[in-house]
Amino acid sequence: MQRSIADLLAHHDVFNGLPPDDLALIAGCGQNTVVAAGTYLFREGDPADTFFVLREGRVAMEVFVPDRGPLVVDTAEQGEIVGVSWLFPPYRWQFDGRVVEPVRAIRLDGACLRGKCEADPRLGFELMKRFAAIMQRRMRSARLRLVDLYGGAHAR
Amino acid sequence: MRPGSRGVIDPVGLDALIAQLSGDGYRVVGPTVRDGAVVYDEVASVADLPAGWTDEQDGGTYRLQRRPDEALFGYAVGPHSWKRYLFPPRTLLWRASRSDEGITFEPGDEAPPRYAFLGVRGCELAAIRIQDRVFLESGAVDPTYAARRGPAFIVAVNCSTPAGTCFCVSMGTGPAAGPGFDLALTEVMDGGKPHFVVEVGTDRGGELLGRVPHREAVVADEAQAASVVEGAARRMGRTLDTEGIGGLLASNREHARWRDVAERCLSCGNCTMVCPTCFCSSVEETSDLTGTTAERWRRWDSCYTLDFSHLPDGSVRTSTRSRYRQWLTHKLGTWIDQFGTSGCVGCGRCITWCPVGIDLTEEIRALRGPTPKD
Amino acid sequence: MPAEAPAATARSAVVTSDPMLPRLHRVARVRGEAKGVKTLALQPLDGAATACTPGQFNMLWVFGVGESAISVSGEAPGGILLHTVRDVGLVTDALCHARPGTVVGVRGPFGRGWGLGHADGSDVVVVAGGLGLAPLRPLVRHLVSHRQEYGRIALLVGARSPDQLLFGPESRRWARRDLSVLATVDHARPGWDGPVGVVTDLIERAPFDPSRTVAYVCGPEVMMRFTARALVERGVAPERIEVSMERNMRCAIGFCGHCQLGPAFVCRDGPVFSYDFIRPLLRVREL
Repeated sequence: MQRSIADLLAHHDVFNGLPPDDLALIAGCGQNTVVAAGTYLFREGDPADTFFVLREGRVAMEVFVPDRGPLVVDTAEQGEIVGVSWLFPPYRWQFDGRVVEPVRAIRLDGACLRGKCEADPRLGFELMKRFAAIMQRRMRSARLRLVDLYGGAHAR
Repeated sequence: MRPGSRGVIDPVGLDALIAQLSGDGYRVVGPTVRDGAVVYDEVASVADLPAGWTDEQDGGTYRLQRRPDEALFGYAVGPHSWKRYLFPPRTLLWRASRSDEGITFEPGDEAPPRYAFLGVRGCELAAIRIQDRVFLESGAVDPTYAARRGPAFIVAVNCSTPAGTCFCVSMGTGPAAGPGFDLALTEVMDGGKPHFVVEVGTDRGGELLGRVPHREAVVADEAQAASVVEGAARRMGRTLDTEGIGGLLASNREHARWRDVAERCLSCGNCTMVCPTCFCSSVEETSDLTGTTAERWRRWDSCYTLDFSHLPDGSVRTSTRSRYRQWLTHKLGTWIDQFGTSGCVGCGRCITWCPVGIDLTEEIRALRGPTPKD
Repeated sequence: MPAEAPAATARSAVVTSDPMLPRLHRVARVRGEAKGVKTLALQPLDGAATACTPGQFNMLWVFGVGESAISVSGEAPGGILLHTVRDVGLVTDALCHARPGTVVGVRGPFGRGWGLGHADGSDVVVVAGGLGLAPLRPLVRHLVSHRQEYGRIALLVGARSPDQLLFGPESRRWARRDLSVLATVDHARPGWDGPVGVVTDLIERAPFDPSRTVAYVCGPEVMMRFTARALVERGVAPERIEVSMERNMRCAIGFCGHCQLGPAFVCRDGPVFSYDFIRPLLRVREL
């Protein structure tokens, strides 16, 4: 028997612990989706009105640089959230998102959820806390990669 | 004479002692005056010793002065220590030859000399025992040190005249020499002329004493000798509070004082050269132009050099601050974790021979003060 | 010895009378692993195998050039020692350019290796950064050959880019022996479809139960510092995390003084240390 979206979200790190009403509300903004490898889920600059909870697969965040092609700057794995730009003006995707391994995900309507958060600041604060934690971890990861952990001057 | 017994000799007897040691095949090394300092060198007779000299020492200061008497050991220690004989500044470890048949090795350092050390102070004997722990008793045994240390004959001298940088009393290493000597002399002055109360430490020490002109010590001799040592103990130039010093150093690695001393320290490494317990070394490979012979040499090294802590990405300790901290923390703190005793014997050489007069007793005092974090 | 050094140690006796004299070995094979990184297979001329435990190192000697401390990265039949060398200096450059047949010297093995006393069904996490996988390989091979004694085993590998990942084919064989092998890179290249990110990111997703896990970490010091912290954040006990430290080494037998790290001699009390012991020392800059 397929699990309901609310049930899936309830067991997810980011939504875990939210009251059932909130979960139902959020689940109401979501739907299951399957995306083939190679597909772009989103493009840099497009309106960011959705985000994804990855149940399976891998998504690569890319920056396209002339002469160098698409450069992967991050990947999202099974269990991770893809997309935080729906929370912040101007609500535009910052990078390209390409499916690297076939994806099964819950696609959530960020625009709709934004409206609900404006209407219910308590819910908004809860979601903001949880998404802030995701961004803090990603920021740390990105900063550590700037350090070039695996060797300095002598490394090739 | 048995270990523990005491005799008395005069300079003629001491001269005979030197001659007997030489005749027994020892290279006798003792204090001499050269280039304005008391340095260790081979001595053939009492005439080579610094009769009538004393030293004035302070931070970055060393001066010889004339004494009003003819004491032979009326000074403290100079820049040399006995480690230059037991742990030579440069040693050939082995030589390798390469040919079509392959590579063969020949040991270096064959036939090390048998030394007799004349004039080993309490602090110095303690330093030798500290290096024994490093080179002989901590796992691997260093063959170069072992070959020299084993046969070394030690004639200690109990200090009569400490210098301004001495603090052996704080470190429990003097002024009287601790166990480990063959013979120990205390110089007693009588009308400007010296004689020596000799304590026998070992059977071979007693046997040697038996061969030179001497008389048995009486109570008065022992009292005079004790009084000389007590007098020296009261005239220490410095003190060092060693209470909890390991913990003090371990918990103050970011103390502001390190930055302060780093502004003065030149990282010249003099302290490590003159320190009788510093044991760091490096290994060098040399080869000739034909590429058929290679030699491996061991030489003294100092934790103050920039590449001492070199790794492919750069050195771990690039700042002078970190290198001074390493030296002092090791000497007075982590040495205890590693070898069970302090690495410092209170000889004061590091204070005297520092070009800017850094005084570790003062640094410790500052670290014990209120703790400003860096 | 530092007071907290655990008893479950793995230290072999040095099999030679003069600890400063190398034992001659012939380079049997050289394999390129990545740019500037080669694995040398060294065969003892006298045929006598040296018993090394995972995590130990040897001093490799090149005639007329000098010595370098290199971890053992494996063993092969016939007493063959494997050493994975990165070309960063005079000695390692000579080693990386050595052809089969060249005679080099080996002194060792030295040091305290990875603690193997957890073969009690514990889960295991091995985290390797860059060249750090080389000193860990003997440990992983040991875990694979004693698979039944452990619970879940995860190998997490990070490198700067895909071409710097070591032992790819062997890693895939490990995955087939019931190890979770996850690799990530800082910078992807075209054709890389795996995770991109710092190796600590893998810790969150790796399959292990922190309450019964033992962890082994090896790589550049900064990487080990962040990795150990991430493991502790996930609930692994600091005393059940081991790291392998590196310092300048000249003698490898505790005499030259170069390798000191606080109270420890890395050549003798390490290179493997419990994170519990090393954590306060890692926080001090330029120690």
